[in-house]
Amino acid sequence: MDLAIETHGLVKTFGDNRAVDGVDLAIRAGGVYGVLGPNGAGKTTTIKMLATLLVPDGGTATVLGHDVVREAPDVRARVAMTGQFASLDEDLTGLENLVLLARLYGYGKAAAKERGMQLLEAFDLAESAKKQVKAYSGGMRRRIDIAGSIVVRPDLMFLDEPTTGLDPRSRNQVWEIVRGLVGAGTTILLTTQYLEEADQLADRIAVIDHGRVIAEGTSGELKASVGSGAVRVRVADPGDREEVARLLAETLAAEPVLEPDGTTVTLRVDDPTAVAGALQRVGDRGLRVNEYSLGQPSLDEVFLALTGRPAEESATETQDQEVPA
Amino acid sequence: MTTETREPTRSLDASVIAALGAAERPPRANAVSSSLTFGWRALLKIKHVPEQLFDVTMFPILFTLMFTYVFGGAISGSTGDYLQYALPGILTQTVVFITMYTGLTINTDIDKGVFDRFRSLPVWRASLLVGALLGDTLRYGLASFMVLVVGVLIGYRAPGGFLGVILAVLLLLVFCFSLSWLWLIVGLKVRSPNAVMGTSMMVLFPLTFISSVFAPPETMPGWLQAFVDVNPVTLLCEAARGLMDDAPDSGDILIVLVLSAVITAVFAPIALRLYNTK
Repeated sequence: MDLAIETHGLVKTFGDNRAVDGVDLAIRAGGVYGVLGPNGAGKTTTIKMLATLLVPDGGTATVLGHDVVREAPDVRARVAMTGQFASLDEDLTGLENLVLLARLYGYGKAAAKERGMQLLEAFDLAESAKKQVKAYSGGMRRRIDIAGSIVVRPDLMFLDEPTTGLDPRSRNQVWEIVRGLVGAGTTILLTTQYLEEADQLADRIAVIDHGRVIAEGTSGELKASVGSGAVRVRVADPGDREEVARLLAETLAAEPVLEPDGTTVTLRVDDPTAVAGALQRVGDRGLRVNEYSLGQPSLDEVFLALTGRPAEESATETQDQEVPA
Repeated sequence: MTTETREPTRSLDASVIAALGAAERPPRANAVSSSLTFGWRALLKIKHVPEQLFDVTMFPILFTLMFTYVFGGAISGSTGDYLQYALPGILTQTVVFITMYTGLTINTDIDKGVFDRFRSLPVWRASLLVGALLGDTLRYGLASFMVLVVGVLIGYRAPGGFLGVILAVLLLLVFCFSLSWLWLIVGLKVRSPNAVMGTSMMVLFPLTFISSVFAPPETMPGWLQAFVDVNPVTLLCEAARGLMDDAPDSGDILIVLVLSAVITAVFAPIALRLYNTK
């Protein structure tokens, strides 16, 4: 198997805080690998070690076959990074930034400029070539950041929370770019706090919490690990809910959850085909149901099942614990 | 299957694939070229943010005028005599003071995330630091020029002539280049650009004032003289003064050069180590 990234027991501590606490990853080349977790879970620290910006305190990591400590220059030559921590010079114009990077990658003067313009056009930024990057909008900013990372085509690219704080349109543009990069053969390691983003883009996902990988697999596998799906039923009369919940629980052999809205009951189901029969029984008793749905569990639910708390909640709880730069 | 409807945008992925496909890998940039490229960046930053030159142009002018006219008469009996004594000192003080911007620049880069981008590149890692120092050298040169122009306008004449002045400035540049490594360490260690300013000021104020820059040490109490005599800024100032006064002291000059070499030898490896492990 051709592994782009392999880590064993990777550890990084900042004082008493074990930001990364024994991470094992085996990431195949090609496609998008998602690292999902709330703020402060250790995602960025992990990436920084893989990108040779931080030296691990324990464990080993190889990137594209090179040890990140002993063969750091070989790693650097083949990976690129972008995101919250690897940005561009805001005082310089978009073109100047790209020319600067191209020069550092070894392009000659004229070739660097040509490459810079080519990238600006590809990312729909040609009109802002001569504007200082600090004048760019959030979406433009993220695009130029990514453009800066592909001045020389990387074999592996780290994208750290590429869509945090973007409006939906800019987010879609970033997603398109990611798909384009993958189409061109670049492996992408993407960190995100957004479950939807991981679901949309990633082929496989590792869920990280408190510096540890707590689950790994395809989006489908992760969902399956918490049951194949959930059925939601909304009753017309709140007074009927207890009775409906009891009936459904009996038929489906599942624990009913009464939602705080007073009219909805949710149950995890392993066999979706049984749901129709269960609803039939509810109808036969003359209990009226306004609405029902059967769906795969969302990654939010996966996160809840894995950590015992919702992703959003833990994200706000640990907001201030973002790793030091 | 997603059948999400999106606003019609130009499809980015196709153009990105096209742009990627064209990216050939050029030969790696060598250490000289990457250092010069970072130096070019420093020039671009000066071009885009010319305000940053305000400090290095206005302070020298203010210092020269203030010290000459406020303290000159009291210290030397006449402003003209004082100017002859103090100008090489003010020149030294000005340039030494500006060295702290080196730390400030690197710290701002870390703060903004540009630093990590550069560190992730396959280039000789010290070239960011060397390039920054090249840019700083321009600032030192500019500040020296301002002090000298103002000095000459208000009556300073260098007995050492043009050559003496040029040699004095070069000596200052050598020393400041070595001192910059210290500020790089501060810039890499300290948390915010403001803290860099604070730390540097704490060191630079006593270092430049408790020296022979503004007043002859003979008038100071003995315990203070003891510090002044070993203060590197005094040594630097005396060497520069000797060159500008047409009384070059090869001993002083040699000490400054050796000192610069020692400072570089001690601090450059520490700065580079911090830079690598940051």
